[in-house]
Amino acid sequence: MNQTTATAPDGSGAQLELVDVVKKYPGQSRPAVDGLSLTVPAGQTVMFVGPSGCGKTTSLKMINRLIEPTSGQILIDGEDITGQDATQLRRSIGYVIQGGGLLPHMSVAENIGLVPGLLGWDKARTKGRVEELLEMVGLDPAVYRDRFPRELSGGQQQRVGVARGLAADPPVILMDEPFGAVDPITRQRLQDELMSIQEELQKTIVCVTHDIDEAIKLGDQILILREGAEIAQYGAPEEILAAPADDFVADFIGSGSKLKQLSLLRVGDLPLSQPQTCRVGESVDEVVRRVEAAGERSVVILDAQNRPKEYLFLRSLKRHQTVPVFSHELQTVVDQRSTLSDALDAMLVSSHGGAMVTGGSRGDYLGVISYDTVTEHIRTLQTQTGQIRAVPSAGWEAS
Amino acid sequence: MIEFIDARWADILFRSYQHSSLVIQSLLLATVIAVALAVLVTSCRRLTPVANAVSAVGLTIPSFALLGLLLPIVGIGTVPSVIVVSFYAALPVLRNAVVGLQGVEASLIESARGQGMSGAAVLWRVRLPLAWPVIMTGIRVSAQMAMGVAAIAAYALGPGLGTYIFTGLTQVGGANALNYALVGTLGIIILALILDALLVLLSRFTTSKGIRA
Repeated sequence: MNQTTATAPDGSGAQLELVDVVKKYPGQSRPAVDGLSLTVPAGQTVMFVGPSGCGKTTSLKMINRLIEPTSGQILIDGEDITGQDATQLRRSIGYVIQGGGLLPHMSVAENIGLVPGLLGWDKARTKGRVEELLEMVGLDPAVYRDRFPRELSGGQQQRVGVARGLAADPPVILMDEPFGAVDPITRQRLQDELMSIQEELQKTIVCVTHDIDEAIKLGDQILILREGAEIAQYGAPEEILAAPADDFVADFIGSGSKLKQLSLLRVGDLPLSQPQTCRVGESVDEVVRRVEAAGERSVVILDAQNRPKEYLFLRSLKRHQTVPVFSHELQTVVDQRSTLSDALDAMLVSSHGGAMVTGGSRGDYLGVISYDTVTEHIRTLQTQTGQIRAVPSAGWEAS
Repeated sequence: MIEFIDARWADILFRSYQHSSLVIQSLLLATVIAVALAVLVTSCRRLTPVANAVSAVGLTIPSFALLGLLLPIVGIGTVPSVIVVSFYAALPVLRNAVVGLQGVEASLIESARGQGMSGAAVLWRVRLPLAWPVIMTGIRVSAQMAMGVAAIAAYALGPGLGTYIFTGLTQVGGANALNYALVGTLGIIILALILDALLVLLSRFTTSKGIRA
């Protein structure tokens, strides 16, 4: 663990340790959390999953002491936090909740600057930090800084919620069903963004979810709990999928664990195809000639920043003189860190049987992942019955 | 009527000023007391029904009777007027403040605490700003009521336009009786409308754009 801490970037995660933590509510015979012990290595993402009422949210809220543990110790970087001033403590732990939990009477900038303000940062520093964070979560500061939460979409509110959780650069971040309130496509995109942010920042993240697919996708470790926050299994996603500890875990991860492995595989692990591309502003005649010469019927349109803007059939493009600017949000774009199941979702809305793949923080175009590539891959998975496929390690285990 | 006003306009203006001054100051006092009570009451759940009962029953006490009861204790003049007007003004504010504070979502308060806001910070920066539009509505209701109650205060020789109404009533049949009563009544109505308009402006000005209707 010390090695991780030594090599990790500044302001990155701290080790989190729960020792025999108990929460007992008066008037209830069984404790809600019955002696939970757990070590979360610094810089890792741990997903708490389990049936409702299993105590996963209670366990999470005991870490920032919104719920006071009845007994036990909680250590961050080896220091017991159960005796610290709760208000001070919470300023050093990021907290992201479902829907964002933004304060409706404060602007986006005020919401994000809340914790820095409480910590007494000066105005200029807070302002700079707010801009930086808005950029990080993919919102243009000039557009969104002064908006109020009700002027944002659900996904944007959630982004601001994540930015707020990161504001004071806390080593530990708690997330309570962070993406539970947004539509599936937005959720997938937010998950991708969180993964790329986490790759850069390497915080210690504890995230509660009821969605096992989300847990498999985001988690370095997954903690499956049963009632009373008793640990059913704690391990890396591939371990849990490969060898469920018992029937409870097997039931919980559900059938089709072969298909679930699609959530472990990243788009970037499969070969991408490279269809013809063109730039916004190019002459359509020229583009058509080039694409037809290559024997293709559709073309990927990129903007000046090399970001994919549209994937069009030539017959639709021929209506224009020059390649037009497209400003609508594409649903058929996935990040290279997206899982194969996300890619399949994106393909379902595409008329080309493929999804455009981007990479890097600016969303550079990399290629197209086709439906055939993915089904091919599923078929190879299926032929390896009984044998558990090792997870390709590109960029995944490294984080 | 015009001659009546013409002859006394300086006095009418002065009494209008006194009337407004009595109402506004009592309203301020009432708001501070009522909001403080509402904060206290909403932090202790058992007290909430008590507060609602008090604000309901309180409004049924005839203001004239209350004033009469106060006279032997605090004497005549401005003091009993302020007490009576503040008492009635506090009730709608109290009720609305309780409703407004209770209407703040528990999840928002928890989210604010989870960011590291202290109890006082949550009160000043989350609960009160979010309850503010509802409290302002209560203040507007109170303002209208206080205008009327302040007229009664003239009975205890308090300041304001109420004196005109009482003069009119005691001189029924006299030359200017109707003029006195009308000028007093209409004056109060006009003041009430002006105050209400100002409160609407104040409400817009002090409510965050993020929660404005």
